Amino acid sequence: MEILVCVKRVPTVGGTIAVTPDGQEVDTRMSGFSISPHEECAVEEAVQITERAGGSVSVLTLGPEAAIEQLRGALALGAGRAVLLETDGREFGPIATAAAIAAEVRDHGYDLVLLGNEAADTGDYQVGIRLAHELGWPVATGIKNLSTSADGVVARREYRGVEEAYELPLPAVITVKEGINLPRYPSLPGRLRAKRAPVDRSSPAWAAEGLRKETLRVPASSKHQAHVLGDGADAVPELVRVLDELGILT
Amino acid sequence: MTVLCLVEFDGAGPADASLRALTLGRSLGDPSLGAVVFADSDSVPASALADYGVTDVYVIEPGTLEGYAPQAWARVLAGLATETGATAVLAAGTDRGNEVLAHLGAITGLPMAANCTLVTPDGGQTHRLVRHRWAGLLLEEAVMEAPIALFTVTTDAVSAVSAETAETIQVHVYKAEVAEADLVVRAAESPASAGGASLATARVVVGGGRGVGGADGFAPLEELADLLGGVVGVSRVVTSEGWRPHRQQVGQTGTKITPELYLACGISGAIQHIAGCAGAKHIIAINTDPGAPILAHADYAIIGDLHQVIPALVEALRAR
Repeated sequence: MEILVCVKRVPTVGGTIAVTPDGQEVDTRMSGFSISPHEECAVEEAVQITERAGGSVSVLTLGPEAAIEQLRGALALGAGRAVLLETDGREFGPIATAAAIAAEVRDHGYDLVLLGNEAADTGDYQVGIRLAHELGWPVATGIKNLSTSADGVVARREYRGVEEAYELPLPAVITVKEGINLPRYPSLPGRLRAKRAPVDRSSPAWAAEGLRKETLRVPASSKHQAHVLGDGADAVPELVRVLDELGILT
Repeated sequence: MTVLCLVEFDGAGPADASLRALTLGRSLGDPSLGAVVFADSDSVPASALADYGVTDVYVIEPGTLEGYAPQAWARVLAGLATETGATAVLAAGTDRGNEVLAHLGAITGLPMAANCTLVTPDGGQTHRLVRHRWAGLLLEEAVMEAPIALFTVTTDAVSAVSAETAETIQVHVYKAEVAEADLVVRAAESPASAGGASLATARVVVGGGRGVGGADGFAPLEELADLLGGVVGVSRVVTSEGWRPHRQQVGQTGTKITPELYLACGISGAIQHIAGCAGAKHIIAINTDPGAPILAHADYAIIGDLHQVIPALVEALRAR
């Protein structure tokens, strides 16, 4: 099975998140970059499928040249080919992103495209679905269990205490969530191979979309310092009083 | 002039997340607020919807379209939007709401803004909006130019508020045209293998993090959650270590919770975890480290070892 996995380079945020003075992006002076946990799982799932059923995994990102770092990370985990859709630094909206990925899919003929359910940064929740519509393929989203056969996949997720199972013919688009697997760590041979692997490049066209970002800001802080009720088990009577006062013990 | 809102159910009534979406939909100020429900017309909770300002209910019955098929649901919304001349179509920012509205965006070729906290008409085809990025750790202020504004409403940052006066409600049974291709992807539903799916709507969540120490350390948390009528939620490290299943994860890549109380035990408070629990009304932290980031988000804290505090709390609650 020929699988394409789409990943996105995003800042690694730890204890805090800050915005640049012009309000246009996340301040990354103090942070590294990574892909989201959903996408780490998408790469792992693709590698596991090809280990079981044969085929190969390609990994794609749309982003600046620096995003090659994230492509190499996926190559080290077992992807065989990398594709950079290089941007000029402008943020592509979900419509332009899906169109650019669709062009790559049409050129190379994949059976399955995997994405994360949503990007960690923009959280648009729609690139996979728009991609499927561009291609005329079926799509299932938020998937946490995937099984494959020669002509289709069964994709499962839970919703409000109910398990939903979707049977999709191939080719198909699937967006996955963390929890579908536990991603492996890269091996040393994998890392060496990733370093040398060539990266295919193209530069898709940016296009304005009907939803336009003006500024980003950190929400008016709910940050304060907690009122300390006491130390250890001695504070339990005070905790019980607070729980009662908050109406939790009714 | 009408606003349409996809309404999901939780049991027999409208889901809390959908009531939040209706509250935002009502704030757009259109004279007509239509609820779109996929259900038997006998089971439509008309008075509950009227309380939230709904003027019209469009019912798509199982005879027309059975089960959950996201693309078909979006096709129905597209048809209804055209027939009613809708200025906006919205849904709750749930898995289903975001999925159906994304399909609607693709079908219509229009932009879709996920997880909004505020939407304001700004004349003509313009809406100004505020939406979540980074699962709510950042807010984006944006402008949408579109003949129909498509958006979803965050499940944890907009309150559900009923209308001052309930509307007189009209129920329309809507016969939708759905193509075979729209039904290729359709959910076969069965009860989930394990419970615990109530995390998103639980009234009390007892959270466990690295401080719990291992897979065998969760029994006291379960016991406490039972006593408080709640459920256990965990941090990402707990699921990455395989101590608990991923469905119990609270956070950006897990579940966003909106309980009355979140009791965070042995959780340091990584920002991705805060994204999942910021919708809690009250947060109480139990942590050995007085400098843990979670304390900056908690209302109250006990500085101490959860392995001593929780058994003592369980004992005190049992004694009441």
